[in-house]
Amino acid sequence: MIYLYILAMALVTYLIRMIPLTVFRKKITSQFICSFLYYVPYACLTAMTIPAVFYATNSLLSALAGVTVAVILAFSRRNLVTVAAGACLAVFIVEQFML
Amino acid sequence: MKEQFVEGLKDGIPIALGYLSVSFSVGIMVLASGMNAFQGALMSFSNMTSAGQFAGIAVIASGGTLLELILTQLVINLRYALMSLSLSQKLPEDISLWKRMVIAFANTDEIFAVAMGHAKTLTFPYMIGLQCLPILGWTSGTVLGAVAGQVLPTAIGSALSVALYGMFIAVVVPVAAKIRPVLCIAAIAAFLSCIIYYIPLFSGISTGMSIIICTILASVIGALIFPVPQESEKMEE
Repeated sequence: MIYLYILAMALVTYLIRMIPLTVFRKKITSQFICSFLYYVPYACLTAMTIPAVFYATNSLLSALAGVTVAVILAFSRRNLVTVAAGACLAVFIVEQFML
Repeated sequence: MKEQFVEGLKDGIPIALGYLSVSFSVGIMVLASGMNAFQGALMSFSNMTSAGQFAGIAVIASGGTLLELILTQLVINLRYALMSLSLSQKLPEDISLWKRMVIAFANTDEIFAVAMGHAKTLTFPYMIGLQCLPILGWTSGTVLGAVAGQVLPTAIGSALSVALYGMFIAVVVPVAAKIRPVLCIAAIAAFLSCIIYYIPLFSGISTGMSIIICTILASVIGALIFPVPQESEKMEE
């Protein structure tokens, strides 16, 4: 039964990714649609992060520390791993030593 | 051809390392929901999605129906349709149907972001190279998390739970810092997301649905107020 659930998840997710990649093969010329698609990843990632990140850890304070460190590291153009690791470390330090 | 594959592999390394750490928390969740490490690995390998899997595991753990599971995946992962649509615009038109069907398999947030930021023309070998290591990292991290989950203190679990958000921040902030319209659209998305989250009137809206509403509204506002010049990729430079 678990395997049926996993298969269903995989199938739905794959079809969502596959259909737009195979059906829409001509370049879209509409400036509105191109602009819309350009903004999608930034809007989507931001909406997933805020405000959920503030409740992802054991306390609001440690989450704030994690976000602050992540934003500073990202602003100075560090790579994905450095930013993610820095955020984790900040959360850990705050929860262990400051609370 | 081989060079493009290797270039893809290299670009995939940071994503793979990130996935390795983030999927660790997926593995811990898999274990807590009553599934075993093999089932977790199978799910991660075949799904390659963070939010979708988190939601899927929750539905499975609560004994939800198959229909409920499918609807959750459809809603939460719908944003990938928008990303795939975006990616299809950047792929050269002569990339064949079956190659597109392969590329679609792991079009994740981060792989999409790297592919869109790639300065050269996207090729099939590059895209395959780009996806290899992240798939490996995401799958093996899930196994590691499920195996180590039993012995890990909760303090570490709490710290690891921000890893995913750290990666999202790493994608958005550098671009928002340089391109004003992106900063505005991200701020609007954050604002809408907070409204849905905090105002009781909207408490019936699920997390997945909220992401879709915020994404579509903010992006439409962006397209209306700040239309991107036709060579949109140029804005990245």
